[in-house]
Amino acid sequence: MLQILFDALSLGSLYALGALGIALIFGVMRLVNFAHGDVIAFCVFALLWPSTDAMAIVFAGQLPWYLLVPFVLLCGAGLSVLCEIVVFRRFRKANPATMMITSFALGFVIRYFLLMLYSSRPKSISLLPTLSQPVEIFGARLPLLQLITIIATMAILIGLTLFLRQTRFGLEMRAAAENFSMARMLGVRANRVIMGAFALSGALAGAIALIFGSQTGTADIQMGASIMLMAFIATVIGGLGSLGGAVLAGFLLGAASVVMQVMLPVDARPFRDAFVYGAVILVLLFRPQGLIAARGTKERV
Amino acid sequence: MSLLALSDITIRYSRLTAVRDVSFSMAEGEILFITGPNGAGKSSLLRAIAGVTPVAGGRIDLAGQEITSQAPENIARLGFSMVPEGREVFGSLTIEENLLIGTGMHANNRGWRTRAASELEAVYATFPMLKERRNGQAGLLSGGQQQMLVIGRALMTNPKLIAIDEPSLGLAPNITDQVYERLIVLRAQRGLTLLIVEQSSARAMMVGGRMILMRGGQIVLDGDARTLGNGEAIQAAYFGYEDH
Repeated sequence: MLQILFDALSLGSLYALGALGIALIFGVMRLVNFAHGDVIAFCVFALLWPSTDAMAIVFAGQLPWYLLVPFVLLCGAGLSVLCEIVVFRRFRKANPATMMITSFALGFVIRYFLLMLYSSRPKSISLLPTLSQPVEIFGARLPLLQLITIIATMAILIGLTLFLRQTRFGLEMRAAAENFSMARMLGVRANRVIMGAFALSGALAGAIALIFGSQTGTADIQMGASIMLMAFIATVIGGLGSLGGAVLAGFLLGAASVVMQVMLPVDARPFRDAFVYGAVILVLLFRPQGLIAARGTKERV
Repeated sequence: MSLLALSDITIRYSRLTAVRDVSFSMAEGEILFITGPNGAGKSSLLRAIAGVTPVAGGRIDLAGQEITSQAPENIARLGFSMVPEGREVFGSLTIEENLLIGTGMHANNRGWRTRAASELEAVYATFPMLKERRNGQAGLLSGGQQQMLVIGRALMTNPKLIAIDEPSLGLAPNITDQVYERLIVLRAQRGLTLLIVEQSSARAMMVGGRMILMRGGQIVLDGDARTLGNGEAIQAAYFGYEDH
């Protein structure tokens, strides 16, 4: 029972962090950033030395954890801000559909860049191997990694909440997410807020890369896409643009996947995802605006 | 020298011309009403000055600098503060957070809290109601309270000129009276220049000052509000009798 709870929480953590990264950017510029998943993959590969060999040559991955974590977060934030400056800034006045297609294209550019440097074969990496040891809590044996995933996610969520509530920059971001042009008329710098959102979102991608990379022990150029899909669904169920909703829906999706894995009859288990998506459809039928509807996403006259 | 000067401003929304070759200027400390029927281009003009609506032609100067096609955040830094139509409070933020946004641009991160605190006190002195509910959600305020909040929010940017788009919109007449009372006190206290858009010229006649009447995207009358208001010229201009 406890095992299920922890499985649900740690899977939900990944989805919640992913959804948060998408919701942050959607909030300030109404862009659904499908390149987010590829930023995650990029962060994993940033740990390896570029080579097309089957064997992974670990490079930054050998760093001690207190250097490794900031390195990966900075990689994510850096790439994400670069995407904003080089690509998305040019499309800021374009309509949301154009921006979305642009983000797809950018995602492919990142993915094929990785393909060129590292080949498409998945590589096995062992990231922070000490974390795979089991620990015993309340009679349940859990991998230490799972525990750390949950604790790290909680710390990120609390930190982000404090940042958004207590700092001037957080206040400006919240105001911009609700009504961008009004915030600008009050002197909030558009470029700074948008770059801040991209940096935060990229750092979240880095955090996911660390967690996912150490959970699966592989680096695969497709690895971002699977999380991205679930994370995107979570942002939609949560109510596009609502940060709290994205996190809540991320955890709910994680819980739904884990619970169905356990509860479904054995024959139906291979079709688990179909049941999860079925539940998603049901939620959206009853609450098309999402669980927590965001302010400011209504059509403005 | 004038604080705000518009010359030959034209604004287009695709093929529709909302404002055509409008020029006027405002002296520091002046109070100017822009009145006119729906669709006269009053709001478009304000939004163009604020930098949120692009102009198709012409030039705008604020405090001696050209601001045509500048970013809204840079225009705000030169001392122009906008209270838009429909007020646009940040409904999910608290009242105090709504007020604080505008002080961000004048202070570095470390000096922000102290600077904001003294500005807040000044605004709370004018609008005690805002202080009582400072931690309440702004979206829950009544229309009149929201109007006070957005005027306070505009003051927090420490502006030279405040532009207000239809402050009476959706408010009961006695609440509108209160809003105007505060505005006139504020103008005297802070030496503010006020640019106010209203549909009806009645309020301009009561308050006094200068009045511009727009129709069909052009200025049809410009003069002292009280003298203009009493003439038949205003009726003709407002309703466009000469066209029929």
